[in-house]
Amino acid sequence: MKNIILQPFTYIISLFEHIGRYFDLMSKTLRSFTTWHLYIGFLPEHMMKLGISALPIVVVTGLFSGMVTSVQTAYQLESGFIPDSYVGGIVCVSVLMELSPMITALVMTGRVGASIAAEIGTMRVSEQIDALETLSFDPVSFLIMPRVISGAIMFPVMVVIADLFGLLGGFFAATTSIGISSYDYVYGLRDWFVPWYAIFGVIKAFSFGIAITSIACYFGYYTTGGAEGVGKSTTQTVVVSCITIVILNYLLAAILL
Amino acid sequence: MISINNISKSFSDKVILDNLSFTINHGDKIAIIGQSGIGKSVLLKTIIGLLRPDNGSITIDDQDINKISFKKLQKLRSKFGMVFQFGALFDSMTVGENIGLALQKLTNCDRFEINERISNSLLEVNMENTQDKMPSELSGGMKKRVGIARAIALNPEYMLYDEPTTGLDPIMTDSINRLINNFHSNGNVTSVVVTHEMKTVRDASERVIMLHNGKIQFDGTTDTFLNSNDPTVVAFLNGDSTYKG
Ligand SMILES: Nc1ncnc2c1ncn2[C@@H]1O[C@H](COP(=O)(O)OP(=O)(O)O)[C@@H](O)[C@H]1O
Ligand SMILES: [Mg+2]
Repeated sequence: MKNIILQPFTYIISLFEHIGRYFDLMSKTLRSFTTWHLYIGFLPEHMMKLGISALPIVVVTGLFSGMVTSVQTAYQLESGFIPDSYVGGIVCVSVLMELSPMITALVMTGRVGASIAAEIGTMRVSEQIDALETLSFDPVSFLIMPRVISGAIMFPVMVVIADLFGLLGGFFAATTSIGISSYDYVYGLRDWFVPWYAIFGVIKAFSFGIAITSIACYFGYYTTGGAEGVGKSTTQTVVVSCITIVILNYLLAAILL
Repeated sequence: MISINNISKSFSDKVILDNLSFTINHGDKIAIIGQSGIGKSVLLKTIIGLLRPDNGSITIDDQDINKISFKKLQKLRSKFGMVFQFGALFDSMTVGENIGLALQKLTNCDRFEINERISNSLLEVNMENTQDKMPSELSGGMKKRVGIARAIALNPEYMLYDEPTTGLDPIMTDSINRLINNFHSNGNVTSVVVTHEMKTVRDASERVIMLHNGKIQFDGTTDTFLNSNDPTVVAFLNGDSTYKG
Protein backbone atom coordinates (compact mmCIF):
# COMPACT_ATOMS: atom_id res chain seq x y z
CA MET A 1 0.00 0.00 0.00
CA LYS A 2 2.76 2.36 1.02
CA ASN A 3 4.52 1.47 -2.22
CA ILE A 4 1.49 2.30 -4.33
CA ILE A 5 1.26 5.75 -2.78
CA LEU A 6 5.00 6.39 -3.05
CA GLN A 7 5.32 5.09 -6.61
CA PRO A 8 4.28 8.32 -8.38
CA PHE A 9 6.74 10.29 -6.28
CA THR A 10 9.63 8.00 -7.14
CA TYR A 11 8.68 8.38 -10.79
CA ILE A 12 8.74 12.14 -10.50
CA ILE A 13 12.07 12.08 -8.67
CA SER A 14 13.63 9.82 -11.27
CA LEU A 15 12.23 12.04 -14.02
CA PHE A 16 14.06 15.02 -12.53
CA GLU A 17 17.18 12.89 -12.09
CA HIS A 18 17.08 12.06 -15.78
CA ILE A 19 16.53 15.68 -16.77
CA GLY A 20 19.40 16.81 -14.55
CA ARG A 21 21.79 14.19 -15.87
CA TYR A 22 20.72 14.90 -19.45
CA PHE A 23 21.51 18.59 -19.17
CA ASP A 24 24.76 17.81 -17.37
CA LEU A 25 25.82 15.58 -20.24
CA MET A 26 24.71 18.18 -22.79
CA SER A 27 26.67 20.94 -21.09
CA LYS A 28 29.76 18.71 -21.16
CA THR A 29 29.06 18.06 -24.83
CA LEU A 30 28.69 21.76 -25.55
CA ARG A 31 31.94 22.53 -23.76
CA SER A 32 33.67 20.01 -25.97
CA PHE A 33 32.39 21.85 -29.06
CA THR A 34 35.68 23.74 -29.33
CA THR A 35 37.75 20.56 -29.53
CA TRP A 36 36.44 20.19 -33.06
CA HIS A 37 39.75 18.85 -34.39
CA LEU A 38 39.06 15.66 -32.42
CA TYR A 39 35.71 14.81 -33.96
CA ILE A 40 35.41 16.74 -37.20
CA GLY A 41 37.03 13.88 -39.08
CA PHE A 42 34.21 11.59 -38.06
CA LEU A 43 31.42 13.96 -39.13
CA PRO A 44 31.12 12.95 -42.82
CA GLU A 45 30.94 9.29 -41.85
CA HIS A 46 28.18 9.91 -39.31
CA MET A 47 26.25 12.13 -41.70
CA MET A 48 26.44 9.58 -44.48
CA LYS A 49 25.35 6.80 -42.18
CA LEU A 50 22.45 8.80 -40.83
CA GLY A 51 21.30 9.96 -44.23
CA ILE A 52 21.62 6.64 -46.00
CA SER A 53 19.96 4.64 -43.25
CA ALA A 54 16.99 7.00 -43.06
CA LEU A 55 16.50 7.90 -46.72
CA PRO A 56 14.25 5.02 -47.89
CA ILE A 57 11.83 5.31 -44.99
CA VAL A 58 11.75 9.11 -45.26
CA VAL A 59 10.94 8.92 -48.98
CA VAL A 60 8.16 6.38 -48.47
CA THR A 61 6.51 8.14 -45.53
CA GLY A 62 6.85 11.51 -47.28
CA LEU A 63 5.25 10.23 -50.44
CA PHE A 64 2.30 8.59 -48.74
CA SER A 65 1.60 11.40 -46.31
CA GLY A 66 1.33 13.75 -49.28
CA MET A 67 -0.95 11.30 -51.10
CA VAL A 68 -3.30 10.83 -48.18
CA THR A 69 -3.52 14.57 -47.53
CA SER A 70 -4.52 15.08 -51.10
CA VAL A 71 -7.24 12.44 -50.95
CA GLN A 72 -8.57 13.60 -47.57
CA THR A 73 -8.66 17.24 -48.64
CA ALA A 74 -10.53 16.43 -51.82
CA TYR A 75 -13.00 14.36 -49.79
CA GLN A 76 -13.68 17.27 -47.42
CA LEU A 77 -14.10 19.76 -50.26
CA GLU A 78 -16.48 17.62 -52.30
CA SER A 79 -19.31 20.17 -52.10
CA GLY A 80 -18.21 21.73 -55.39
CA PHE A 81 -18.27 25.35 -54.24
CA ILE A 82 -14.55 25.33 -53.52
CA PRO A 83 -12.14 25.39 -56.45
CA ASP A 84 -10.07 22.26 -57.18
CA SER A 85 -6.85 24.21 -56.84
CA TYR A 86 -7.42 24.40 -53.05
CA VAL A 87 -6.29 20.78 -52.83
CA GLY A 88 -2.82 21.77 -54.02
CA GLY A 89 -2.73 24.67 -51.59
CA ILE A 90 -3.82 22.67 -48.59
CA VAL A 91 -1.40 19.85 -49.36
CA CYS A 92 1.37 22.45 -49.66
CA VAL A 93 0.66 24.05 -46.28
CA SER A 94 0.06 20.89 -44.32
CA VAL A 95 2.98 18.94 -45.76
CA LEU A 96 5.54 21.70 -45.43
CA MET A 97 4.56 22.95 -41.99
CA GLU A 98 3.33 19.94 -40.14
CA LEU A 99 3.23 16.54 -41.75
CA SER A 100 6.64 16.21 -43.21
CA PRO A 101 8.69 17.47 -40.21
CA MET A 102 6.54 15.59 -37.73
CA ILE A 103 6.32 12.25 -39.51
CA THR A 104 9.97 12.38 -40.54
CA ALA A 105 10.97 13.04 -36.94
CA LEU A 106 8.87 10.16 -35.66
CA VAL A 107 10.22 7.63 -38.14
CA MET A 108 13.77 8.91 -37.66
CA THR A 109 13.35 8.29 -33.94
CA GLY A 110 12.77 4.65 -34.67
CA ARG A 111 15.41 4.43 -37.36
CA VAL A 112 18.20 6.73 -36.23
CA GLY A 113 17.57 7.36 -32.52
CA ALA A 114 17.19 3.69 -31.70
CA SER A 115 20.31 2.73 -33.58
CA ILE A 116 22.41 5.46 -31.91
CA ALA A 117 21.19 4.38 -28.47
CA ALA A 118 21.91 0.73 -29.22
CA GLU A 119 25.34 1.52 -30.62
CA ILE A 120 26.51 3.72 -27.74
CA GLY A 121 24.80 1.45 -25.20
CA THR A 122 26.68 -1.55 -26.56
CA MET A 123 29.90 0.44 -26.37
CA ARG A 124 29.12 1.20 -22.74
CA VAL A 125 28.33 -2.35 -21.61
CA SER A 126 31.24 -3.86 -23.54
CA GLU A 127 33.58 -1.34 -21.84
CA GLN A 128 34.49 0.38 -25.11
CA ILE A 129 33.66 3.76 -23.59
CA ASP A 130 35.94 2.98 -20.64
CA ALA A 131 38.61 1.94 -23.13
CA LEU A 132 38.26 5.26 -24.96
CA GLU A 133 38.72 7.08 -21.70
CA THR A 134 41.81 5.09 -20.71
CA LEU A 135 43.28 5.88 -24.13
CA SER A 136 42.87 9.51 -23.00
CA PHE A 137 40.00 10.35 -25.31
CA ASP A 138 37.06 12.35 -24.09
CA PRO A 139 34.13 10.03 -24.89
CA VAL A 140 31.70 12.93 -24.80
CA SER A 141 33.35 14.88 -27.57
CA PHE A 142 34.29 11.73 -29.41
CA LEU A 143 30.93 9.94 -29.39
CA ILE A 144 28.20 12.48 -28.74
CA MET A 145 29.29 15.68 -30.45
CA PRO A 146 29.61 14.30 -34.01
CA ARG A 147 26.26 12.49 -33.72
CA VAL A 148 24.38 15.54 -32.49
CA ILE A 149 25.95 17.75 -35.15
CA SER A 150 25.09 15.30 -37.91
CA GLY A 151 21.55 15.14 -36.54
CA ALA A 152 21.29 18.93 -36.63
CA ILE A 153 22.49 18.99 -40.24
CA MET A 154 20.89 15.87 -41.68
CA PHE A 155 17.38 16.15 -40.20
CA PRO A 156 16.64 19.36 -42.14
CA VAL A 157 18.01 17.70 -45.29
CA MET A 158 15.74 14.73 -44.70
CA VAL A 159 12.75 16.98 -44.15
CA VAL A 160 13.40 18.86 -47.37
CA ILE A 161 13.47 15.50 -49.16
CA ALA A 162 10.25 14.49 -47.41
CA ASP A 163 8.71 17.85 -48.45
CA LEU A 164 9.58 17.18 -52.04
CA PHE A 165 8.14 13.68 -52.03
CA GLY A 166 5.09 14.83 -50.07
CA LEU A 167 4.22 17.41 -52.71
CA LEU A 168 4.89 14.87 -55.45
CA GLY A 169 2.72 12.28 -53.69
CA GLY A 170 -0.05 14.83 -53.38
CA PHE A 171 0.27 15.53 -57.08
CA PHE A 172 0.05 11.85 -58.01
CA ALA A 173 -2.97 11.22 -55.83
CA ALA A 174 -4.71 14.36 -57.03
CA THR A 175 -4.23 13.66 -60.70
CA THR A 176 -4.85 9.92 -60.63
CA SER A 177 -7.32 8.91 -57.93
CA ILE A 178 -9.21 12.19 -57.47
CA GLY A 179 -9.20 13.49 -61.00
CA ILE A 180 -8.03 17.02 -60.41
CA SER A 181 -6.12 18.44 -63.33
CA SER A 182 -2.40 18.80 -62.86
CA TYR A 183 -2.77 22.48 -63.76
CA ASP A 184 -5.19 23.07 -60.88
CA TYR A 185 -3.01 21.23 -58.36
CA VAL A 186 0.16 23.09 -59.31
CA TYR A 187 -1.70 26.38 -59.50
CA GLY A 188 -3.02 25.96 -55.96
CA LEU A 189 0.36 24.88 -54.72
CA ARG A 190 2.12 27.91 -56.15
CA ASP A 191 -0.66 30.24 -55.16
CA TRP A 192 -0.57 29.24 -51.49
CA PHE A 193 3.17 28.74 -51.19
CA VAL A 194 5.08 31.08 -48.88
CA PRO A 195 8.81 30.43 -48.22
CA TRP A 196 8.22 30.78 -44.49
CA TYR A 197 6.21 27.51 -44.50
CA ALA A 198 9.24 25.59 -45.68
CA ILE A 199 11.59 27.51 -43.39
CA PHE A 200 9.37 26.80 -40.42
CA GLY A 201 9.49 23.08 -41.25
CA VAL A 202 13.26 23.18 -41.51
CA ILE A 203 13.60 24.97 -38.17
CA LYS A 204 11.47 22.26 -36.62
CA ALA A 205 13.61 19.58 -38.24
CA PHE A 206 16.75 21.20 -36.87
CA SER A 207 15.39 21.15 -33.31
CA PHE A 208 14.03 17.60 -33.66
CA GLY A 209 17.40 16.49 -35.01
CA ILE A 210 19.25 17.83 -31.98
CA ALA A 211 16.61 16.50 -29.58
CA ILE A 212 16.47 12.96 -30.98
CA THR A 213 20.20 12.43 -31.36
CA SER A 214 21.04 13.91 -27.96
CA ILE A 215 18.34 11.89 -26.19
CA ALA A 216 19.60 8.74 -27.91
CA CYS A 217 23.19 9.54 -26.91
CA TYR A 218 22.09 10.20 -23.34
CA PHE A 219 20.28 6.88 -22.89
CA GLY A 220 23.06 5.02 -24.68
CA TYR A 221 25.77 6.67 -22.63
CA TYR A 222 24.17 5.79 -19.29
CA THR A 223 23.28 2.20 -20.19
CA THR A 224 23.86 -0.37 -17.46
CA GLY A 225 23.15 -4.06 -17.23
CA GLY A 226 24.40 -5.85 -20.32
CA ALA A 227 22.37 -6.74 -23.40
CA GLU A 228 19.11 -6.31 -21.52
CA GLY A 229 20.18 -2.80 -20.57
CA VAL A 230 20.87 -1.94 -24.21
CA GLY A 231 17.34 -3.03 -25.11
CA LYS A 232 15.94 -0.90 -22.31
CA SER A 233 17.91 2.17 -23.38
CA THR A 234 16.71 1.76 -26.95
CA THR A 235 13.07 1.56 -25.88
CA GLN A 236 13.45 4.52 -23.55
CA THR A 237 15.02 6.53 -26.36
CA VAL A 238 12.07 5.92 -28.66
CA VAL A 239 9.45 6.66 -26.01
CA VAL A 240 11.11 9.79 -24.64
CA SER A 241 11.99 11.12 -28.10
CA CYS A 242 8.41 10.75 -29.32
CA ILE A 243 7.06 12.62 -26.30
CA THR A 244 9.71 15.29 -26.66
CA ILE A 245 8.94 15.76 -30.36
CA VAL A 246 5.24 16.19 -29.75
CA ILE A 247 5.86 18.77 -27.02
CA LEU A 248 8.57 20.56 -28.96
CA ASN A 249 6.31 20.65 -32.00
CA TYR A 250 3.65 22.49 -30.02
CA LEU A 251 6.14 24.85 -28.39
CA LEU A 252 7.74 25.82 -31.68
CA ALA A 253 4.35 26.47 -33.24
CA ALA A 254 3.30 28.57 -30.25
CA ILE A 255 6.51 30.59 -30.30
CA LEU A 256 7.14 31.00 -34.01
CA LEU A 257 3.65 31.34 -35.49
CA MET B 1 54.07 4.88 -7.66
CA ILE B 2 50.39 4.45 -6.98
CA SER B 3 49.10 4.78 -3.45
CA ILE B 4 45.60 3.80 -2.53
CA ASN B 5 44.54 5.41 0.71
CA ASN B 6 41.47 4.22 2.62
CA ILE B 7 39.20 3.95 -0.40
CA SER B 8 35.63 2.76 -0.08
CA LYS B 9 33.07 2.17 -2.78
CA SER B 10 29.44 1.06 -2.54
CA PHE B 11 26.75 0.53 -5.14
CA SER B 12 23.30 1.30 -3.73
CA ASP B 13 24.05 0.22 -0.14
CA LYS B 14 26.11 -2.76 -1.22
CA VAL B 15 29.65 -2.24 0.06
CA ILE B 16 32.15 -3.44 -2.54
CA LEU B 17 35.41 -1.89 -1.34
CA ASP B 18 35.70 -1.24 2.38
CA ASN B 19 38.48 1.12 3.45
CA LEU B 20 41.31 -0.38 1.39
CA SER B 21 44.89 0.87 1.49
CA PHE B 22 47.98 -0.36 -0.30
CA THR B 23 50.84 0.90 -2.41
CA ILE B 24 51.95 -0.20 -5.85
CA ASN B 25 55.65 0.41 -6.26
CA HIS B 26 57.52 0.96 -9.47
CA GLY B 27 58.36 -2.36 -11.09
CA ASP B 28 55.87 -4.37 -9.07
CA LYS B 29 54.23 -7.36 -10.71
CA ILE B 30 51.04 -7.72 -8.75
CA ALA B 31 48.16 -10.14 -9.03
CA ILE B 32 44.92 -8.88 -7.50
CA ILE B 33 42.82 -11.94 -6.83
CA GLY B 34 39.53 -12.89 -5.28
CA GLN B 35 36.24 -14.53 -6.13
CA SER B 36 34.07 -13.33 -8.99
CA GLY B 37 31.97 -10.36 -8.05
CA ILE B 38 34.20 -9.41 -5.11
CA GLY B 39 35.12 -6.06 -6.69
CA LYS B 40 38.40 -6.62 -8.52
CA SER B 41 37.29 -4.79 -11.65
CA VAL B 42 35.79 -2.03 -9.54
CA LEU B 43 39.16 -1.61 -7.80
CA LEU B 44 41.02 -1.50 -11.10
CA LYS B 45 38.61 1.06 -12.55
CA THR B 46 38.87 3.15 -9.40
CA ILE B 47 42.67 3.16 -9.69
CA ILE B 48 42.55 4.62 -13.20
CA GLY B 49 39.74 7.04 -12.39
CA LEU B 50 36.92 5.46 -14.38
CA LEU B 51 35.04 5.12 -11.11
CA ARG B 52 35.22 7.60 -8.27
CA PRO B 53 35.66 6.21 -4.74
CA ASP B 54 33.06 7.26 -2.15
CA ASN B 55 35.85 7.92 0.34
CA GLY B 56 39.61 7.96 0.35
CA SER B 57 42.11 9.03 -2.27
CA ILE B 58 44.31 7.60 -4.98
CA THR B 59 47.56 9.27 -5.82
CA ILE B 60 49.55 8.40 -8.90
CA ASP B 61 53.03 9.89 -9.09
CA ASP B 62 52.07 12.34 -6.34
CA GLN B 63 48.88 13.56 -8.02
CA ASP B 64 45.48 12.91 -6.47
CA ILE B 65 43.56 11.66 -9.51
CA ASN B 66 40.18 12.81 -8.23
CA LYS B 67 41.36 16.36 -7.52
CA ILE B 68 43.23 17.20 -10.72
CA SER B 69 41.58 18.61 -13.86
CA PHE B 70 40.27 16.32 -16.59
CA LYS B 71 43.12 17.42 -18.86
CA LYS B 72 45.75 16.46 -16.30
CA LEU B 73 43.97 13.19 -15.62
CA GLN B 74 44.05 12.39 -19.32
CA LYS B 75 47.75 13.15 -19.40
CA LEU B 76 48.28 10.86 -16.42
CA ARG B 77 46.22 8.16 -18.11
CA SER B 78 48.49 8.20 -21.11
CA LYS B 79 51.07 6.53 -18.84
CA PHE B 80 48.66 3.63 -18.45
CA GLY B 81 47.76 0.73 -20.64
CA MET B 82 44.56 -1.00 -19.66
CA VAL B 83 43.51 -4.38 -20.98
CA PHE B 84 39.83 -5.10 -20.56
CA GLN B 85 38.31 -8.45 -19.75
CA PHE B 86 36.70 -8.98 -23.15
CA GLY B 87 39.13 -6.83 -25.08
CA ALA B 88 36.75 -3.84 -25.39
CA LEU B 89 37.82 -3.41 -29.01
CA PHE B 90 35.97 -0.69 -30.93
CA ASP B 91 33.77 -2.87 -33.06
CA SER B 92 33.26 -0.35 -35.82
CA MET B 93 37.00 -0.24 -36.50
CA THR B 94 39.52 -2.71 -37.86
CA VAL B 95 42.22 -4.18 -35.61
CA GLY B 96 44.74 -1.75 -37.08
CA GLU B 97 42.48 1.26 -36.51
CA ASN B 98 41.85 0.12 -32.95
CA ILE B 99 45.56 0.28 -32.22
CA GLY B 100 46.24 3.35 -34.33
CA LEU B 101 43.48 5.54 -32.89
CA ALA B 102 45.33 6.59 -29.76
CA LEU B 103 48.71 6.62 -31.51
CA GLN B 104 47.36 9.26 -33.88
CA LYS B 105 46.17 11.40 -31.02
CA LEU B 106 48.94 10.96 -28.48
CA THR B 107 52.09 10.74 -30.57
CA ASN B 108 53.60 12.85 -33.32
CA CYS B 109 54.15 9.87 -35.55
CA ASP B 110 53.34 10.09 -39.25
CA ARG B 111 51.20 7.51 -41.01
CA PHE B 112 54.17 5.34 -41.86
CA GLU B 113 55.52 5.24 -38.30
CA ILE B 114 52.04 4.52 -36.95
CA ASN B 115 51.65 1.55 -39.29
CA GLU B 116 55.04 0.35 -38.18
CA ARG B 117 54.09 0.56 -34.51
CA ILE B 118 50.78 -1.19 -35.20
CA SER B 119 52.51 -4.13 -36.87
CA ASN B 120 55.20 -4.27 -34.18
CA SER B 121 52.71 -4.44 -31.33
CA LEU B 122 50.67 -7.05 -33.21
CA LEU B 123 53.84 -9.03 -33.73
CA GLU B 124 54.54 -8.92 -30.00
CA VAL B 125 51.20 -10.57 -29.27
CA ASN B 126 51.62 -13.09 -32.12
CA MET B 127 48.82 -11.59 -34.18
CA GLU B 128 50.80 -10.36 -37.16
CA ASN B 129 48.92 -9.52 -40.37
CA THR B 130 45.55 -9.09 -38.74
CA GLN B 131 45.41 -5.28 -39.20
CA ASP B 132 42.49 -5.43 -41.60
CA LYS B 133 40.30 -7.85 -39.66
CA MET B 134 37.20 -6.61 -37.85
CA PRO B 135 36.87 -7.49 -34.13
CA SER B 136 33.79 -9.60 -34.89
CA GLU B 137 36.00 -11.96 -36.90
CA LEU B 138 38.25 -12.71 -33.91
CA SER B 139 37.96 -15.34 -31.17
CA GLY B 140 37.86 -14.35 -27.50
CA GLY B 141 41.56 -15.03 -26.98
CA MET B 142 42.49 -13.08 -30.11
CA LYS B 143 40.42 -10.10 -28.94
CA LYS B 144 42.27 -10.12 -25.64
CA ARG B 145 45.59 -10.19 -27.42
CA VAL B 146 44.63 -7.30 -29.68
CA GLY B 147 43.54 -5.50 -26.50
CA ILE B 148 47.03 -6.07 -25.12
CA ALA B 149 48.60 -4.89 -28.39
CA ARG B 150 46.50 -1.72 -28.26
CA ALA B 151 47.71 -1.02 -24.74
CA ILE B 152 51.41 -1.75 -25.27
CA ALA B 153 51.58 0.22 -28.53
CA LEU B 154 51.63 3.38 -26.40
CA ASN B 155 54.65 2.25 -24.36
CA PRO B 156 52.90 2.67 -21.02
CA GLU B 157 54.62 2.78 -17.64
CA TYR B 158 51.79 0.95 -15.96
CA MET B 159 49.90 -2.00 -17.37
CA LEU B 160 46.55 -2.96 -15.87
CA TYR B 161 45.05 -6.26 -16.98
CA ASP B 162 41.47 -7.23 -16.13
CA GLU B 163 41.17 -11.02 -16.17
CA PRO B 164 43.51 -11.46 -19.14
CA THR B 165 43.33 -15.26 -19.04
CA THR B 166 39.83 -15.97 -17.77
CA GLY B 167 37.92 -18.31 -20.04
CA LEU B 168 40.89 -19.24 -22.22
CA ASP B 169 42.33 -22.69 -22.88
CA PRO B 170 45.54 -23.64 -20.98
CA ILE B 171 47.81 -23.08 -23.98
CA MET B 172 46.40 -19.62 -24.67
CA THR B 173 46.58 -18.85 -20.95
CA ASP B 174 50.24 -19.74 -20.94
CA SER B 175 50.93 -17.63 -24.01
CA ILE B 176 49.25 -14.60 -22.42
CA ASN B 177 51.13 -15.15 -19.15
CA ARG B 178 54.31 -15.05 -21.17
CA LEU B 179 53.23 -11.84 -22.88
CA ILE B 180 52.64 -10.24 -19.51
CA ASN B 181 56.08 -11.35 -18.32
CA ASN B 182 57.83 -10.27 -21.51
CA PHE B 183 56.28 -6.88 -21.54
CA HIS B 184 56.94 -6.47 -17.82
CA SER B 185 60.68 -7.02 -18.15
CA ASN B 186 61.30 -5.60 -21.64
CA GLY B 187 59.15 -2.55 -21.18
CA ASN B 188 60.33 -1.80 -17.64
CA VAL B 189 56.72 -1.46 -16.54
CA THR B 190 54.63 -1.92 -13.44
CA SER B 191 52.05 -4.65 -13.99
CA VAL B 192 48.79 -5.14 -12.14
CA VAL B 193 46.90 -8.27 -13.13
CA VAL B 194 43.38 -8.87 -11.90
CA THR B 195 42.63 -12.57 -12.08
CA HIS B 196 41.23 -15.62 -10.43
CA GLU B 197 43.25 -18.07 -12.52
CA MET B 198 45.86 -19.70 -10.30
CA LYS B 199 48.09 -20.46 -13.29
CA THR B 200 48.38 -16.76 -14.00
CA VAL B 201 49.05 -16.01 -10.33
CA ARG B 202 51.87 -18.58 -10.26
CA ASP B 203 53.45 -17.69 -13.59
CA ALA B 204 52.88 -13.96 -13.95
CA SER B 205 53.06 -12.34 -10.53
CA GLU B 206 55.57 -11.63 -7.80
CA ARG B 207 53.16 -10.13 -5.30
CA VAL B 208 49.58 -11.10 -4.48
CA ILE B 209 46.80 -8.96 -3.05
CA MET B 210 43.72 -10.99 -2.21
CA LEU B 211 40.38 -9.27 -1.76
CA HIS B 212 37.74 -10.76 0.47
CA ASN B 213 34.51 -9.15 1.65
CA GLY B 214 35.70 -5.69 0.63
CA LYS B 215 38.95 -5.96 2.59
CA ILE B 216 42.48 -7.06 1.82
CA GLN B 217 42.77 -10.63 3.06
CA PHE B 218 46.37 -11.10 2.00
CA ASP B 219 49.19 -8.88 0.73
CA GLY B 220 52.62 -10.41 0.22
CA THR B 221 54.88 -12.23 -2.17
CA THR B 222 53.47 -14.90 -4.43
CA ASP B 223 55.60 -17.58 -2.73
CA THR B 224 54.27 -16.78 0.75
CA PHE B 225 50.76 -16.66 -0.70
CA LEU B 226 51.06 -20.13 -2.18
CA ASN B 227 52.35 -21.50 1.15
CA SER B 228 49.98 -19.53 3.35
CA ASN B 229 48.12 -21.15 6.25
CA ASP B 230 45.34 -18.55 6.30
CA PRO B 231 42.16 -20.66 6.02
CA THR B 232 40.52 -18.19 3.58
CA VAL B 233 43.59 -18.31 1.33
CA VAL B 234 43.78 -22.09 1.60
CA ALA B 235 40.11 -22.39 0.70
CA PHE B 236 40.69 -20.20 -2.37
CA LEU B 237 43.78 -22.15 -3.41
CA ASN B 238 42.00 -25.48 -3.07
CA GLY B 239 38.74 -24.21 -4.55
CA ASP B 240 36.81 -25.18 -1.42
CA SER B 241 33.33 -23.64 -1.44
CA THR B 242 32.35 -25.08 1.94
CA TYR B 243 34.65 -22.77 3.93
CA LYS B 244 32.77 -19.68 5.14
CA GLY B 245 35.37 -17.26 6.39
N1 LIG C 1 28.45 0.29 -12.32
C1 LIG C 1 27.97 -0.57 -11.38
N2 LIG C 1 26.76 -0.35 -10.82
C2 LIG C 1 26.28 -1.17 -9.86
N3 LIG C 1 26.92 -2.24 -9.40
C3 LIG C 1 28.13 -2.52 -9.92
C4 LIG C 1 28.72 -1.70 -10.93
N4 LIG C 1 29.93 -2.21 -11.24
C5 LIG C 1 30.08 -3.30 -10.46
N5 LIG C 1 29.01 -3.49 -9.66
C6 LIG C 1 28.86 -4.55 -8.67
O1 LIG C 1 30.04 -4.62 -7.92
C7 LIG C 1 30.37 -5.95 -7.64
C8 LIG C 1 31.79 -6.24 -7.99
O2 LIG C 1 31.93 -6.23 -9.40
P1 LIG C 1 33.29 -6.52 -10.13
O3 LIG C 1 34.33 -5.58 -9.66
O4 LIG C 1 32.98 -6.50 -11.58
O5 LIG C 1 33.64 -8.00 -9.68
P2 LIG C 1 34.90 -8.87 -10.11
O6 LIG C 1 35.65 -9.07 -8.85
O7 LIG C 1 34.34 -10.16 -10.62
O8 LIG C 1 35.63 -8.11 -11.14
C9 LIG C 1 29.38 -6.84 -8.35
O9 LIG C 1 28.47 -7.31 -7.42
C10 LIG C 1 28.71 -5.90 -9.33
O10 LIG C 1 27.37 -6.25 -9.47
MG1 LIG D 1 35.76 -8.36 -13.19
